[in-house]
Amino acid sequence: MATMSLGKALNAGLRVALERDPKVVLMGEDIGKLGGVFRVTEGLQRDFGERRVIDTPLAESGVIGTAVGLALRGYRPVCEIQFDGFVYPAFDQIVSQVAKLRYRNEGRVSMPLTIRIPYGGGIGAVEHHSESPEVYFAHTAGLRVVTPSNAGDAHRMIQQAIASDDPVVFFEPKRRYWEKDEVDEAAPLSAVALDKARVVMEGTDVTVAAYGPMVATALDAARIGEAEGISIEVIDLRSLSPLDFHTIEASVHKTGRLVVAHEASVFCGLGAEIAARVSERCFYHLESPVRRVGGFATPYPASKMERHFLPDADRILYEVDRCLQAA
Amino acid sequence: MAIAQVRIPEGKIPEWMGFDGLVQLISVDGQRTVGCPYWDLVADVGAEQLRDLYRDMTVVRRIDAEAMALQRQGELGLWAPLLGQEAAQVGSARALQPDDFVFPSYREHGVAYCRGVDPVAMLRLWRGTALSGWDPTDFGIATPAIIVGSQALHATGYALGILLDGAPSAAVAYFGDGASSEGDVAEAFGFAASYTVPVVFVCQNNQWAISEPVRLQSHASIARRGEGYGIPGIEVDGNDVLAVLAATRLALARAYAGQGPTLIEAVTYRLGPHTTSDDPTRYRSHVEEDEWRAKDPLVRLRALLQAEGLVDDTFDTDVNAAADEAAATLRRGCLALADPAPDALFEHVYAAPHPLLEEERAAYAEYLATLDPEA
Repeated sequence: MATMSLGKALNAGLRVALERDPKVVLMGEDIGKLGGVFRVTEGLQRDFGERRVIDTPLAESGVIGTAVGLALRGYRPVCEIQFDGFVYPAFDQIVSQVAKLRYRNEGRVSMPLTIRIPYGGGIGAVEHHSESPEVYFAHTAGLRVVTPSNAGDAHRMIQQAIASDDPVVFFEPKRRYWEKDEVDEAAPLSAVALDKARVVMEGTDVTVAAYGPMVATALDAARIGEAEGISIEVIDLRSLSPLDFHTIEASVHKTGRLVVAHEASVFCGLGAEIAARVSERCFYHLESPVRRVGGFATPYPASKMERHFLPDADRILYEVDRCLQAA
Repeated sequence: MAIAQVRIPEGKIPEWMGFDGLVQLISVDGQRTVGCPYWDLVADVGAEQLRDLYRDMTVVRRIDAEAMALQRQGELGLWAPLLGQEAAQVGSARALQPDDFVFPSYREHGVAYCRGVDPVAMLRLWRGTALSGWDPTDFGIATPAIIVGSQALHATGYALGILLDGAPSAAVAYFGDGASSEGDVAEAFGFAASYTVPVVFVCQNNQWAISEPVRLQSHASIARRGEGYGIPGIEVDGNDVLAVLAATRLALARAYAGQGPTLIEAVTYRLGPHTTSDDPTRYRSHVEEDEWRAKDPLVRLRALLQAEGLVDDTFDTDVNAAADEAAATLRRGCLALADPAPDALFEHVYAAPHPLLEEERAAYAEYLATLDPEA
């Protein structure tokens, strides 16, 4: 076991992937000498060379489109999009090509791309640097969408994403890059499947489902709740497409109450899908309506207002209370 | 038919690239032009190869006409005819080697034919029984890109892979004058030039992007579009099969020699509609069409063959029989393309199992089972 930050864990996971498979190549803006603006690829170009860790021109569609060509040539590209809000120029290549090429070609073509995107707010950034665009991709058939919440998962999940023969959009909770956790580098990748959610705190009164940067917030809420006598079960979804409904359903069967928390705007957010599914499948187990907490129906605001936009533990508990108060 | 790879002396490449102006080897009236240095690039193309090129173009035109007819008869949902672009497609495709890899758009039936793709397989997309039709790795040609320009990046990335592999081959992107305005094409130029990858960009400027004339895309030459990126261009008469063959050989030679990307603008004309859904009479004149019909690539090559005594009754009978046979095979194959079973809808979305998809597949099968087969 080693203790490392989420960012370092990703770096270590990328290193293992580069060592294990000579067809793995990293591509992105500033990922070489600089090591990426968040240093996630630090030292990798030095150790693996410019042919494995490739700085690209500033053109996001170009990054993904050339990665498609590399994949067709038998490579396994790992693309970094520098910030969440920079992914939109690449949106067409991702949803029209990366997601569809296998289907279009009746399984004769694989697109084993990993698209890494630092996402979410809370770092006091300027516009376009704090967004949560995960649902655009979760809505697109052919893509897998995952997001780790902690260093251990980050280390394993990035390797699993790279090893996947399906394209994986890999959302990295940027405000958690510096948070440290235990990483078991020797654990087999198969220990937890990439598409499985995990109960990270057990409870009996209310389930809070969260992912990425909001898992730590949900855990904070659970600890506060515990002190107040409310037993909160926290689920880290980890995979947003596919969603692990078994874990969600099992938890809702137990607690009868569900709050879904994410930074992305609530409207048409992942919480909407989860609420709909839970009402379809767990209706007679529910003690209260499913509640959602997330960003507002506004663009991501200026940094001095982001604390109002981003759900904190208190806003999660507010929704937990509403569940508990429901007759 | 395959035209053998010719050894192009690297040292002479700059000399050819230095040629400024439209590359034309066969004049509109079927005469060999004099003085164009590109003749050296097709010095090996003798009587037999010229006849083969003519045969290819004739068969491809016949396949195209049959597909048009099949669409008009309701057997295809749509077809994008290549009529008028046979020389641009056959000339460029016949310069390619088996290890080269093509990224076509949706009108490159002639290129796909030259790569060995079964024309019936091409129809699967247009009949709607599939979204594509063949295995790209079997023929060294990707399936058609319908989002115009997207494939220029794929070719560039593939070429980057060739470069990383140290392989002696090239990737070739086909796109049109309309796609030349797409951001992906600009980004492809940037990446290709920056990494000096072995890619050839073949722009078939057929003058029209549906209803938009090429002057709406650009007031400047497309061939020169790459110059700002450091990508040299060749402007070639796209209705001259020999000139296109020569230009593509040169571009490929640059790619194989590690000299990076080349942009070829094949100046041609789409004699038919954009697709079977289009009506060109709404936006262009018969006069213009007639002007270009006079430059028909097949008529031109035939005139050359005749002038050089390479056509006789046996040849004509043979070529026409090959074309008729291709058309008959296409029609038979088309009519035999059955609708896929509903379960095929759920196939090949992902490489590994996906619980949501499996659930939906089962639920839909269950729903279908509730339907009364007698109803």
